[in-house]
Amino acid sequence: MNAPILLNTLHFDQPWTLENYLKVGGYQALRKVLAEKMSSDAIIAEVKASGLRGRGGAGFPTGLKWSFMPRNYQGEKYLVCNSDEGEPGTCKDRDILRYNPHMLIEGMAIAAYTMGVKTGYNYVHGEIFEAYERMEAACEEARKAGYLGKNILGSDFEFDLHNHMGYGAYVCGEETALLESIEGKKGQPRFKPPFPASFGLYGKPTTINNTETFASIPYIIREGGKKFADIGVPNSGGVKLFSISGHVNKPGNFEVPMGTPFRKLLEMAGGVRSGHKLKAVIPGGSSMPVLPGEIMMDLNMDYDSIQRAGSYLGSGAIIVMDETTCMVKALERLSYFYHEESCGQCTPCREGTGWLYRIVHRIEHGEGRPEDLDLLLDLCNNIAGRTICALGDAAAWPVQGMLKHYRNEFEYHIEHKRCLV
Amino acid sequence: MINIEIDGKQIQTENGSTVIEAAHQAGIEIPHFCYHKKLSIAANCRMCLVQVEKAPKPLPACATPVTEGMKVFTHSEQAVKAQKGVMEFLLINHPLDCPICDQGGECMLQDISVGYGGGHSRYHEEKRVVLAKDLGPLVSAEEMSRCINCTRCVRFGQEIAGQMELGQAFRSEHAEIMSFVSGSVNSELSGNMIDLCPVGALTSKPFRYKARSWELSRRRSVSAHDSLGSNLAVQTKNNRVLRVLPIENEDINECWLSDKDRFAYEGLNTADRLTKPMIKQDGKWQEVEWQVALEYAANGLRHIANGAGAEQVGALATANSTLEELYLLQKLMRGIGSDNVDFRLRQSDFSSDGKQQGAPWLGMSVSDIGRADRLLIVGSFLRKDHPLLAARIRRAAKSGAQVNIVHSADDDLLMNVAHKAIVAPDALVETLTQVSKALAAEKQGQSTGGDAGAIARSLAGGERVAVLLGNFAQQHPQAAQLQALAQQISALSNGKFGFLVEAANSVGGHLVQATPGAKGLNAAAMLATPRKAYVLLNVEAELDCADPQQAMAAMQAADMVIAMSAYKHHATEYADVLLPVAPFSETSGTFVSAEGRVQSFKGAVKPLGEVRPAWKVLRVLGNLLKVDGFDQDTSEAVRDEAMKGVDVPARLNNAIGGVEARAASAASGLQRVADVPIYATDAVVRRSAPLQATADAAIPQAWMHGDELKKLGVQSGAVVKVSQGQGSVQLFAAADDKLPKGVVRVAAGHAATASLGAMFGTISVERA
Amino acid sequence: MLSQQITTLIDKELKKYPADQRQSAVMAALRFVQDEKGWIAPADMTDIADYLGMQQMAVYEVATFYHMYNLKPMGRHTLTVCTNLSCQLCGSGDTLAHIHKRLGIGLGEVTPDGKYGLREGECMGACVDAPLLTINNKKMCGRLTSEKIDQILAELDKQ
Ligand SMILES: Cc1cc2nc3c(=O)[nH]c(=O)nc-3n(C[C@H](O)[C@H](O)[C@H](O)COP(=O)(O)O)c2cc1C
Ligand code: SF4
Ligand code: FES
Repeated sequence: MNAPILLNTLHFDQPWTLENYLKVGGYQALRKVLAEKMSSDAIIAEVKASGLRGRGGAGFPTGLKWSFMPRNYQGEKYLVCNSDEGEPGTCKDRDILRYNPHMLIEGMAIAAYTMGVKTGYNYVHGEIFEAYERMEAACEEARKAGYLGKNILGSDFEFDLHNHMGYGAYVCGEETALLESIEGKKGQPRFKPPFPASFGLYGKPTTINNTETFASIPYIIREGGKKFADIGVPNSGGVKLFSISGHVNKPGNFEVPMGTPFRKLLEMAGGVRSGHKLKAVIPGGSSMPVLPGEIMMDLNMDYDSIQRAGSYLGSGAIIVMDETTCMVKALERLSYFYHEESCGQCTPCREGTGWLYRIVHRIEHGEGRPEDLDLLLDLCNNIAGRTICALGDAAAWPVQGMLKHYRNEFEYHIEHKRCLV
Repeated sequence: MINIEIDGKQIQTENGSTVIEAAHQAGIEIPHFCYHKKLSIAANCRMCLVQVEKAPKPLPACATPVTEGMKVFTHSEQAVKAQKGVMEFLLINHPLDCPICDQGGECMLQDISVGYGGGHSRYHEEKRVVLAKDLGPLVSAEEMSRCINCTRCVRFGQEIAGQMELGQAFRSEHAEIMSFVSGSVNSELSGNMIDLCPVGALTSKPFRYKARSWELSRRRSVSAHDSLGSNLAVQTKNNRVLRVLPIENEDINECWLSDKDRFAYEGLNTADRLTKPMIKQDGKWQEVEWQVALEYAANGLRHIANGAGAEQVGALATANSTLEELYLLQKLMRGIGSDNVDFRLRQSDFSSDGKQQGAPWLGMSVSDIGRADRLLIVGSFLRKDHPLLAARIRRAAKSGAQVNIVHSADDDLLMNVAHKAIVAPDALVETLTQVSKALAAEKQGQSTGGDAGAIARSLAGGERVAVLLGNFAQQHPQAAQLQALAQQISALSNGKFGFLVEAANSVGGHLVQATPGAKGLNAAAMLATPRKAYVLLNVEAELDCADPQQAMAAMQAADMVIAMSAYKHHATEYADVLLPVAPFSETSGTFVSAEGRVQSFKGAVKPLGEVRPAWKVLRVLGNLLKVDGFDQDTSEAVRDEAMKGVDVPARLNNAIGGVEARAASAASGLQRVADVPIYATDAVVRRSAPLQATADAAIPQAWMHGDELKKLGVQSGAVVKVSQGQGSVQLFAAADDKLPKGVVRVAAGHAATASLGAMFGTISVERA
Repeated sequence: MLSQQITTLIDKELKKYPADQRQSAVMAALRFVQDEKGWIAPADMTDIADYLGMQQMAVYEVATFYHMYNLKPMGRHTLTVCTNLSCQLCGSGDTLAHIHKRLGIGLGEVTPDGKYGLREGECMGACVDAPLLTINNKKMCGRLTSEKIDQILAELDKQ
């Protein structure tokens, strides 16, 4: 196992301090960028070479995204970090914020330098107040030490970073909803185009990345993009933090190279909870279609492998379910989630998610009808791809996944008015 | 220009337009709910999903920009499946109450669902219930379960009305359109939300359950309540006006209507309508036949004209009388030898008469106002006096125009105001003088400090400058000086200047010379030196005149008052003959709007009871008095005669010369600032029950700066005695720290303040 | 009226945003009010609207959109239990049952003495510590068991 790259301060008593971060090579990448006066093109080339893809769920190549930011724009531009981690199963960004806040700050400072940005915001999930406070303290520390603010490290580079706290809305993880939220509005996603790169925060060009994406930058700059890429597998560069929750003995976050076999990760998490056997796995956060355990045991954790199996790597959150799990009940809870979290803006999601939930709820409560399952699938088709943001798709995929692999359990429920398990 | 193809049709459209706009241009309908051409794009209903070649999923036509060579299919299998899916979602929680829904017959959801809805519902779960909301007397939100959350109403508030009274609270399917803590909607433009609502969620409260849309017949008409000339559809059933809606006219009211224009009709059929001629004999009112009443009136006039002299007869009309009425009234007066005729009842300075080169008007077109990049608005309660012009200016301000204000009150205009100078009425002239001087200095490259300097700088930087004088400026005792200064300022800034004309036919009144000639007395003079006889056309003397005390004294002292009116009003106390004449809905006629647009309309319903159009009454009076030229058969004939040889554009001219700069005598004591509240401007509006139930129609209070209250030793909310001349009234005192010191704001045009004196001048306030 | 403490906090928050974007501080302002009073009343929203130069309805939209705001009193200690999938798999049902047994309240309820309120939460982004709850949106307690819940309540009882 390689030494950790993202959570590289965990061995300290107080992993989050600047002092400890400096001990593991912290802020060297920023120093290098400023000392060598690296060009934007050179940095972007490095990031492209690293194969880094967005860790927020969509897996968009980060270097490419950075290159969309207008170069010669007169006026303010913004950089935004998405720490609104609220996708059920996902809790990796929280550990970066709690344990290695300076790595995020450094990554954002480099990004800001690259894209000519002076102000950044870090949007923190409302429920993790401790992490928010940690970030506030770290920013203050960085400001005092000259890593944020004017004349960073004696150069003429200027960048400041502020934390904005969410307050209980999953949809604010969607990047344009998040921008609306920073602007002091309801978190209702914007229709795109225009994309944030041309019309973002306060209407200004804006780049948004996930916490883990930014946190990967210092290593890439310090050690070179190629080295990062080589840690992973083709098309899935570098290391990734996987959150493993549910029916395992040692739930937790695990930093491993992309492409690590699921089997190995499950082992790291102590295996399926004692005395039980693996039934199903959601491989990338609750929005991603569920996969049966047997399929998962032969998969590697990288974008392409999971996609070939009919799901997505998403945010890298693995929810493990053993044989005691009723899939109808599991889906009922997830459908309830999307229904409650719909921003209420567009018709298919606002009306459709409630309908989906009510059908699954009925089935779970012994009031299902034979035609319900086809209706569910048809409704999913009427929601997915018809909405303003991807929450509509996120609500449809779990239903489609469950019915693809566990339709028999649903049928059993409808027929016998009780669980198969 | 960009070439695209929609459903196989080649279309050329402007770069930057959206698919739905391109389709509409080409006459292709795409179903939609949230999209509205005057509002920002929300793309939330998803009804307009269409297939676009190469796009993996259907796209909303309302939000998708056109690109060169784009191919759009609005009826392909993919598009129709998407549209049907959306329609199904919209209907699952929508009540199936079309048979009792007020929107029935004009419901976008009903119309579109006929094409896209499935036959039977696949939804067997519980339907959502959304609680009714009370939004006040105008807009009904009784049936909010019908709402489809298109947010048109919310966007209207934010973007057009300038205030976000409705919002979408909560989220997911709990999202609801509501106001903050159940407050009412108070915008003077609120009725437009009813039109915008594509379903029956927001409906007209006064119209609720009165009729189904297909039972109504409709007539084109023109607003009688302000000078914009808004185009309206008056909808009637059984010879009664049941609803008024806007008719779209991009150059005037666009697709909007002010609440005043929309709901005034409720004042048409009130219990105090005068439906039979009446004369007073031995102090008692008697209903009589027309012939009797007319002869009585004619004899009276002849008697006084022959005895005391024709100059002892005066005629006063309101400026919302029609062109035909005003023309015949002045013709009658001149026919019997009197030059005393006027419609400028709230004006107090007539020194511009003879110095002004033409009829005062807007000085530009309505659309010019929207295109101005710098504006100076002097003496206007803009939002209340001219609600839709205010909305146009608001939009200009949004897109960068700088709005500057000089006024004696500082009501929230709900738009960005660049600079303002809020001063007491007697300091208006001085303030404008400073602006003018500062502007001249600015041209020499010198910059002046203070508010006046800031305003001057703003104007100097403009390319399309508009200087506008409001009702307050026109009513001001130094109106001519204000006009001369506005002229100077607009000349210095290469702009245009004009009047935000007060009433529906103020311009028309000038065109037909319903104003005194050289020998005649103007409205103020006629009342200041009382006449023996008055002919009143639509006038309620204590509410429509600049100085109600004076007006009432003159009426009471007169030997003979002939009141032509739609209502039995206070005239019963002083008049001798009451002649029932038609309000605008019951007669044909013509108004000339502020921008000089001559618009004729027909009566929407037959006159009530024995009511006659005033032009006919005047014609018969002319005959009875043996005046020549009173034989027109139709109102059109009257109009044609009145406008014969009148070159309207040539006659509109604000240029003024020879105005002396007179210093105002320093006022002692408190000065009155009088607005005419939005729902107190004319007889019909004053009787519309729903309008009278709005916050804007609240009983006037005595508003003062907090410091003035302190000086008087009264608390806000306490009763004070407000006196002017021989009259006094008791009002609640209220604090408004945005008012200049030394003034009391007491509204005019309202029964509660009708026993006070002039709209300008000193007024005293003491603890009651 | 917003207390001095709250306006000080808001002013500090305002420094994060461009001067012409005061509205950006509305979420924080609502949070500060809730921290001080336990919930947010319409009058507080009006005050915030005035302070930040916003329309009242815009504040109301925000307050009703984000679920962590209490729009009614929710007790001195609001316990929010995550019931989402990872927590459900790890026994959030038992957590709720135990709290119900101890305090006699269900979701959305407040104990008669006004001391405790119970709410359901969506994913808190800490799934590896399931099942879990937060106290007043500030302190997170994970890997809950009946004993651990008893301990937490004993601690809170002392305050
Ligand atoms: C409903 C929804 C929720 C999302 N939640 C998150 C989130 O919690 N964290 C995150 O980083 N991205 C989230 N995303 C993805 C973001 O929109 C965006 O793609 C991402 O922040 C971009 O960063 P990346 O390129 O570094 O991944 C979400 C997207 C959707 C549609
Ligand atoms: S898909 Fe759902 S969450 Fe996304 S904009 Fe539409 S209603 Fe809002
Ligand atoms: S009209 Fe296009 S989404 Fe509503």
